[in-house]
Amino acid sequence: MSGVEILDGSLAAPPRTNGELLFEAPWQSRAFGVAADLVESDCFSWSEFRGSLIDAIQTWENLETQNQPPWDYYACWVAALEQLVFRKVLLKPAEVDLRSREYVDRPHGHDH
Amino acid sequence: MNKQDDHHHGVDPNSPEVRTEALEDLLVEKGLIDRGRVDALIERFEHDLGPMIGARLVAKSWLEPQFRKSLLENADRALEEENIKGAEIEHVEVKANEPGVHNVVVCTLCSCYPWALLGLPPSWYKSPEYRSRVVREPRKVLQEMGLSLDAETEIRVWDSSSETRFLVLPERPEGTEQLGLEELAQLVTRDSMIGVAKAKVS
Repeated sequence: MSGVEILDGSLAAPPRTNGELLFEAPWQSRAFGVAADLVESDCFSWSEFRGSLIDAIQTWENLETQNQPPWDYYACWVAALEQLVFRKVLLKPAEVDLRSREYVDRPHGHDH
Repeated sequence: MNKQDDHHHGVDPNSPEVRTEALEDLLVEKGLIDRGRVDALIERFEHDLGPMIGARLVAKSWLEPQFRKSLLENADRALEEENIKGAEIEHVEVKANEPGVHNVVVCTLCSCYPWALLGLPPSWYKSPEYRSRVVREPRKVLQEMGLSLDAETEIRVWDSSSETRFLVLPERPEGTEQLGLEELAQLVTRDSMIGVAKAKVS
């Protein structure tokens, strides 16, 4: 195992000409692209987003070990995006909560 | 992330994948973002941006002493003259490795990185381990990543603040005197410009 793999906590992603895979799952690239489009549309700046991201990472770092989920950079990214979207009143927390529950409850034959 | 689900049945509604889908759909419905633009932005970062832009700068600085000087003295002006623009390079400083001095870059608070020169950062750069440890014990971390520096070499760790992005200018490998710009650029890896590796003849 190389140092990079140890630091990463996982085996290296499939190699690419530009380096490693940028996103490990489609939702990560969507979360990135949504933030980038909001910046392009002047809803907020990368600098504001960075502040929110620092807060989200610190929140994770300050969790007690027993309550701390495994490190997931894009989970912090999404948390930062949500907080900024709420602060800028682009969406309300309640509507995101509701929509998330609807997506989880979407019938797929055997609903609970 | 091995599971490829096109639905979220049974998934935690607070999971980031569900929240992301909800955020994206709601923002699209309100006309605040555009799915086609989001696709295009992802495409651009995945395919058009990458370390080759930084690598060309490094290779050029190896070939042209005057360019190297201006890159080290005022990278912002040098980038402007090279017509390199883009995200996350509002203020860039270039730090040259030389005999006895090795530079390495980190962002201790999050993941600040010169996107327009190197693309998006690798996952290890964003990891809590790298962010905290490379400041405390850079020699050990570099060694774990495959770069052993002798004890006399001074290691300078540059913490990307909200204002400054850093690019390491690696040393030109020996035996490359015959190579031109494009061939030299091939030797300049992303990791060598973060400072966790050296440029070398492969």
